[in-house]
Formats: sequence, structure tokens, C-alpha cells
Amino acid sequence: MARRRRKPRLAVWKFASCDGCQLSLLDCEDELLAVADALEIAYFPEASRGEIRGTYDLSLVEGSITTAHDAARIQDVRRRSCRLVTIGACATAGGIQALRNFADVEAFISVVYANRAYIQTLATSTPIADHVGVDFELQGCPINKRQLLEVITAFLSGRRPTIPSHSVCIECKLKGNVCIMVAHGTPCLGPVTHAGCGALCPSYNRGCYGCYGPMETPNTRALSEWLQSLGMTPGDLLRVYRKFYANAAAFRTESKRHDP
Amino acid sequence: MGKTSDAALITRVGVQRLIEVLTARGYQVIGPTVRNGAIGYDAIAGIGDFPVGWTDEQDGGHYRLRRRDDAAFFGYAVGPHSWKRYLHPPRLRLWRAQRSGDEMRIIDEDDEPPRYAFIGVRACELNAIAIQDKVFLGGPYVDPHYRSRREAIFTVAVNCAVAGGTCFCASMGTGPKVEAGFDLALTEIVHDGEHRFLVEPGTDFGAQVLAELPYRPAPPADIDTARAIVERTAQSMGREMPATDVPALLRRNLEHSRWDDVAERCLTCGNCTMVCPTCFCTSVEDETDLSGTMATRTRRWDSCFTMDFSYIHGGSVRSSTRARYRQWMTHKLSTWVEQFGTSGCVGCGRCISWCPVGIDITEEVRVLHEDECDGDDS
Repeated sequence: MARRRRKPRLAVWKFASCDGCQLSLLDCEDELLAVADALEIAYFPEASRGEIRGTYDLSLVEGSITTAHDAARIQDVRRRSCRLVTIGACATAGGIQALRNFADVEAFISVVYANRAYIQTLATSTPIADHVGVDFELQGCPINKRQLLEVITAFLSGRRPTIPSHSVCIECKLKGNVCIMVAHGTPCLGPVTHAGCGALCPSYNRGCYGCYGPMETPNTRALSEWLQSLGMTPGDLLRVYRKFYANAAAFRTESKRHDP
Repeated sequence: MGKTSDAALITRVGVQRLIEVLTARGYQVIGPTVRNGAIGYDAIAGIGDFPVGWTDEQDGGHYRLRRRDDAAFFGYAVGPHSWKRYLHPPRLRLWRAQRSGDEMRIIDEDDEPPRYAFIGVRACELNAIAIQDKVFLGGPYVDPHYRSRREAIFTVAVNCAVAGGTCFCASMGTGPKVEAGFDLALTEIVHDGEHRFLVEPGTDFGAQVLAELPYRPAPPADIDTARAIVERTAQSMGREMPATDVPALLRRNLEHSRWDDVAERCLTCGNCTMVCPTCFCTSVEDETDLSGTMATRTRRWDSCFTMDFSYIHGGSVRSSTRARYRQWMTHKLSTWVEQFGTSGCVGCGRCISWCPVGIDITEEVRVLHEDECDGDDS
């Protein structure tokens, strides 16, 4: 492979989000120097005030679109980005703030803010892909730093990232975990949830919370019927699907089935 | 097959000694042990690691440990793990490649697996290993990783004294009596006097190991007792595969509406394929490092229930749940016979117990079978 004349430029953008996914990049302590060696970190306000304006070879986008200003800004980011990768539940599905999509935002504003005049917000929280073309979506709340490195490394070598979109169950089985739903009766979203966390919660005897969103072909209806047989009420089911990935299509549809 | 004339009796002390003898001979001894609410297979140091006095309650999507009223070592059916984990590991690094300048160097893996001694291998599991032998060793392309592990194992089989709620080996002709493929076979006699084990050597090496244990010749009464235990187990199977030509039944019913029915229930999570002791499919994953100088190729278990599994240019061949469940079940029970000369199912029941929503492969076959029978009546 011919050496590039200059290092690819990386930009990290923030929209409506908690910053946790961006921190996953800074959390790559051992690999951070290698990242900086392979890429020119050109725009990353979370890490540095230094800013290189212009265009970027790879943009990582965190956060969802919740304001008209951000809806316009993402268009600019897209225009200036060769590859645009969204990271995390907010950017890929609308995030926890997409709970507003099921409620009256005006009512929230009147309760939370003293003066409504300064608040300009949209009625919904939507993923980046609803607004611009996205080259790859990395799931998770927050994303897994190993997977982030895989996405960056795959970009650098011009290959498809190895990010399986099957269930969390397969991660459990590869690890040799005993299934906590079958053996303990613990309700778990693992069978309908996207892999990537390494089956973190089931490895510690907690049911999967669905932090990585729906897996590739989620059968939420069949799982819900089983969870009800384990004692979950419609209210419980509404809440388990209406969390970090509330606005992801499969979880949104399923939660509505249990919404009185 | 063990000759009854060679049969010996050992006590719990003898089983402890067996573990010590195998360890002293350089084996890593793997056996049943309680782990996080289930009886799995793991490294064991002595009989204290066995699931003493435990049994399992199993049904579709249901497994619970239960106390027995005795101190049996092997008084359970089969758990979530199978020996596949050791012979065909979930992840295996195959090789790495390093680039320096314009040169690329392949770094082979030193795949020197431990020599495993398996204790507590059931008849269904011996049959599963025999099936994987055909898959990995039978054709012109032998899997060297499987072979190196497989050829080194010492197998202590156990005749089942209880059948689980999802067991159906009797109707598959794969148990509960161990017939072949073991070095030593145990039958545990826990009631009726002293806690003891009938031991039958299956190989000369097995007989050599037996000779190092404190044993006495087995009296004919104990041989009869052991036989009666296995016969009783055969009569108490929790499930049954319909007694019909299942491969032909499935071939005739590839467009049956039952596939739509099961697709409504199936989660496509892949658990059934992961727990199946014969499912062998893998994916190969390549990783590179940030500097682009090192690449690693890893093999890992894959499942025909994932979209990536049948992905070719343009998309997944089997994108519907119906197509994927049908692929798995018809391969397991029907096309496997054409491919390997044997069914791919040994009736262990793991796919039933560990399916998160309790889909029952015997029930799916039964519905197709009864539907045809009803058709004949009318």
C-alpha cells in the first residue's frame, strides 16, 4: 500500500448527547497515541480547543437532532465529511431523550424552565440517519471502545468493520455464560438486543437492558410473550423497551403495544 | 465396547483416584461442576468439585438445579455446555500476518492444546463427538485444530441414571446406554447399599488406567443392577422424536405452514446452535491494528440464525426467520444424513431447554408428522 501523503483527518462532533461516547475515544488510553499517530485529530472540542477547519476524512458523530439549529448543522457536517460514522444510541436511534417522542414536549418545557421564551426545541429527538446519509452506525449506550477502535482501524485499512449485529445471546454463549433467563428466570432483553457489549450484564447475573438497541432481526413480540410468562406486566414491558433505544423502530413498536 | 467380564467396581475413593491418576499422567481433567445455577463442564481437581447431590429440572426454555435426596455425582441429565467447547473452541486464533516495508510475514499459531480427560460424558455426547469426527475428520479436508484436541482426549463415559425433561436420546438411538467411543464407562449405583460405580473399560488404555485404581471385580448382581438403571432411564425420557422417517418427512414438507408458525415464535437469537453439541459452523474474522502492520485471523462459532451467515454480494440469502429456522432444522434432521451419513441430532434436548422461548424440535416434527397422518385418515 502506498503511504498517504498526509494523515487522514478525524473530526468528532457532538449533538444532543451526554458526551459518554466521545469519552470512549479518550478512554482508549493505551491506544490513544496510536490513534493520534494514524489520524490527525483535527476537530475534537471534548479533547482540545485546537481546531483545523475545512474538510474531514472521517467524522464521528455523537448525539441526536433535537433543535432546528442542529438539523441545519448536521447538513454542514455531512458536506465537510468524506466518511460519516454515527456513534451511540443518541446518534443512531435518538437516545434516551427520544422519550419526548412519546410525550408532549410543551408540557415538559412549562414544568422545567422558568421562562419558555428562551427555549427553542423540536418536538422529537431523531437519529442522524433521519437527516443525512450515514456510512456506518456504531451502536451502544455507551459504545464499546474496542468496537470504536475496530471501526477506526477498518476505516484506515479500507475494509468493512467486524461489528456483528446478531443477538447478545451469542456473546453469552461464546463466553460460556449460563443463560440467566433459562436457569434463573431473570427477564433479559439479550435475545432481541444487538451484540457489542460482550454480554456485560448477563455475565454478572443481570438481565440485558437493551443498551445496544435492537439486533438485526428482533422478534420482540415473541420475547414479550415469554417475559409475561416470567411475571412481567404490560407496564414492565413498556418500560423495558422504552429506555436508551426507545425510538429504535423495533423497540418503539413493541413499547406501543404495551402502552395503555 | 466394554466386556462385562472386565467390569470392575470402584467406590468414591476410586473415582477420586481416577482424577488423580489422569492428572498425574498429564491430563487436564474436565468434568461436571455447579457453576452459576447450572451443571456445566469445567476443570476439576477432585470429587468435591462434582455436583454432589444435585440434579436438574428441565423443560422448554427452563432449567433449574434441584437437590437430590442422596449424594450422587452424576444424578443429572446434561447442562448448558457440551464437550464441543473443548474440542472445537468458541474462538481460535488461526494466524497473524506482519508487514515490514513491502514484505509480509505469516506468523503461524503454535496450537498446542492441553490433553483433556473428560469425565462424565453421556451416550448422547459420545454420539455427538462421533458426528463431529465425521464433520471435521471424515472428508478430504481435515480440521487440524479439532484433530489435535480430539486425538489426545481420555474419555470417561457415564451411563445415565436419570433422564432430563427434554431428553429424547432413546428415540434417536443415541442413548442412554454408552456403546462406543470411551476409554472407561461408569454406571453409578447410589441406592441399594454402598455408593459405588461399575466400571467397564472400552480401550486397552482405559484398562491400564483402571488397573491403577483400587477396584474389585464386579459381582453379577451389580452388573444386573447397572443394566436395570439404564433401562429405567430409557423408559423415562422427557421427550420423544416421532417414530417415522424424519428426513423424508421434512423433505416432503418444505413449504408447510408450520414454518410460518415457528417463525412467529423464533427469536433468531442463535442459542440452539450454540448449545447444540454437533453444530459446527464458524465465521472467520480479520482484525488489523491501527498502524496497519499486523493482521490477525480468528475463527469463532457462528450460527445459521444470523444474517451475516448467509450474506453474499447483495444481501442475505436466508433473510426471513422462516427460512433460517427451516434451514437449521432440515439440516440437523434431514440433509445432514445426505451430507454425513447420520442425523445431526443426538436427542440431548439442549436446544429445547436453552431456547429462551422453549421451541421444541420434537414438537415441530410431531406437528408435521401428525398433519400427514391426519391427511391419510381423511
